Amino acid sequence: MHLVVCIKQVPDSAQIRVHPVTNTIMRQGVPTIINPYDLFAIEAALRLRDKHGGKVTVLTMGPPMAEDSLRRALTYGVDRAVLLTDRAFAGSDTLATSYALSQAILKIGQTYEPVDIVFTGKQTIDGDTAQVGPGIAKRLDLQQLTYVSGVNEVNLEGKTITVERRAEGGVQILKSNLPCLITMLEGTNEIRRGSIDVALAAARAEIVTWNAAAAGVAEMGKCGLKGSPTVVKRVFAPSPRADKAKIIDIGGLTPDAIATKTLDEIFNRLPTIEKELTAMAQG
Amino acid sequence: MPAEKFDVIVVGAGPAGNSCAYTLAKRGLKVLQIERGEYPGSKNVQGAIMYANMLEKIIPDFRDDAPLERHLIEQRLWYMDDSSYTGVHYRSDDFNEEAPNRYTIIRAQFDKWFSKKVQEAGALLILETTVTDLCFSGGKVIGVKTDRAGGTILADVVVMAEGVNGVLGTKAGLRPRPKPDTVALAVKEMHFLPSDVIESRFNISGDEGVVIEAAGTITRGMAGTGFLYTNKESISIGIGCLVSDFALTGKAPYELLEDFKKHPAVAPLIAGAEVKEYAAHLIPEGGYNAVPQLFGDGWVIVGDAGQFVNAVHREGSNLAMTTGRIAAEAIFQIKSRKDKFSAENLSLYQKMLEQSFVMKDLKKYKRLPDFMHGARDRLFGSYPELVSKAAQNWFRVDGKDKKSKEKEIVRSFVKARGVRGLASDAWKLARSWR
Repeated sequence: MHLVVCIKQVPDSAQIRVHPVTNTIMRQGVPTIINPYDLFAIEAALRLRDKHGGKVTVLTMGPPMAEDSLRRALTYGVDRAVLLTDRAFAGSDTLATSYALSQAILKIGQTYEPVDIVFTGKQTIDGDTAQVGPGIAKRLDLQQLTYVSGVNEVNLEGKTITVERRAEGGVQILKSNLPCLITMLEGTNEIRRGSIDVALAAARAEIVTWNAAAAGVAEMGKCGLKGSPTVVKRVFAPSPRADKAKIIDIGGLTPDAIATKTLDEIFNRLPTIEKELTAMAQG
Repeated sequence: MPAEKFDVIVVGAGPAGNSCAYTLAKRGLKVLQIERGEYPGSKNVQGAIMYANMLEKIIPDFRDDAPLERHLIEQRLWYMDDSSYTGVHYRSDDFNEEAPNRYTIIRAQFDKWFSKKVQEAGALLILETTVTDLCFSGGKVIGVKTDRAGGTILADVVVMAEGVNGVLGTKAGLRPRPKPDTVALAVKEMHFLPSDVIESRFNISGDEGVVIEAAGTITRGMAGTGFLYTNKESISIGIGCLVSDFALTGKAPYELLEDFKKHPAVAPLIAGAEVKEYAAHLIPEGGYNAVPQLFGDGWVIVGDAGQFVNAVHREGSNLAMTTGRIAAEAIFQIKSRKDKFSAENLSLYQKMLEQSFVMKDLKKYKRLPDFMHGARDRLFGSYPELVSKAAQNWFRVDGKDKKSKEKEIVRSFVKARGVRGLASDAWKLARSWR
């Protein structure tokens, strides 16, 4: 089977700096990492490949330096890495990104093997939108399985897949048709460490680099700034809350007494809240 | 799959490892470089000042694209007590030359740049991989094992550029573990300020930079120094002392740094800055006598792992780059005459080092670490106070005649240390300086 994993190179949020004067994010010198959620997608794909055979291709769209993340993905043992890079993609929002990636996935399918599953992380840590995965699914008309915590079974003959999906209040077990798109939830597996041979091969590997034309991206109006209806109006650091937290001493109290004491504190602080809540409850 | 074989394996991607791997790869050798960090520079800490001459010998046109902060036009040496400093400053417009001599750098960026050059030169780099063992055959090093699954990687010669704390050489019994009195523990912080504020505080403009090196009571009687370097939009400030002295006094490095930052001469320079990074690192400061055996059958040691730091002149990365380059040149010579990488042949590396400034400088100061350590309570305690009081007495105009002032000053020194003691310290200092 052929699994394509879409990854994104993001600034390491643990080391990100906001410029003290201009309040803008200082990207220079901040190390980049593979979006942590994407690592679960890579590992899920590798496990399916190990079980069913086939290939894993990682795909990213970004500046040439995004090659570092692809090379790292290769050290985990993926078979192939494709970098989609073109000045025309600069300034892409999630709509434009999902367009460019979907076209590249089509091209990957034509160039190598037909694609059975597209994986992404559940969201990125820099944009946090969780829109690109579903966007790709929609554009490629793939079954869409989001927030997946595990792949239970793949039936290659029957072209079906069963996954576990975390939903509010429980876990859904979903059966769907292939090809599909899966966005993986965090904490569902642990990325492996490639052997020394894999690491050496990764260091030597040729990263497949496509510009818009090579990737078969035809409608340039859907790319980059032109294809991005999202406009960032302002970036700012939220000011700290004026309210201070209060620590309530509950030493030696029974659970009932703790609840009463906590409620008293709340009513003290928000004298009207009891009335408001009662009114709301009565509709 | 049979184990793969390289001409050279370089362990570490700091200045020493990068210089060595670059020089070898440029000459067509098959080089594998192994780095344990997430990216080259992620584990590396330095003040940091980079000396251009030594990098020029490796990458002559480095100024075209290396990430450099400021070129230094002013050096301030401060001898400090708790309220004052007595200083020597040297500033010259001559340092505003076309190809400046010293730059401040930020290592995480610089090392990444350097590593890119190494890879462009043709060396293979693998990251997030720790070399755990050297492999021997008949007493000769023939390759390495790593913490990744899989077998040995073979090489004709292994270059240990693993830094001050490298355990590889120690584990293999080739390099003694550095002793606490031969390594300093330094801590530093990065304080962010707008470039125009830095420029007005230090009386500089454009890419000009200032460096302050400080010693005195700031290290509370322990052998060590403090520093303050100007970057483009930040100030690096740090302090360090011998590990053995920290152990003796029980003081914590961060306490020294907190006090140093509060010193009335330092505080205004960093006022209003935002601390965005802090780091700590060991610095090999044992000098010539602490340099281990540097070569053997199939191996050489370069950089901090070989104790190549000139503590007096605050030089380290340049010695690392030079030892890396010289090791590469020696290896290349042996390789070109198709000779074996025996200890005898690799002694060429040591011979070439002896002829370079590296060994000459270390030899010059070989007695200094002992002197500094022995006289630490005076050099970093009573003397800076005496010097400061003397200067204050001298400059304060209070109706006292100058001759009496001179007498008071001389008397204060004699009272504190005695004529013999003073003479002995002066003699020891002079001797260890030669």
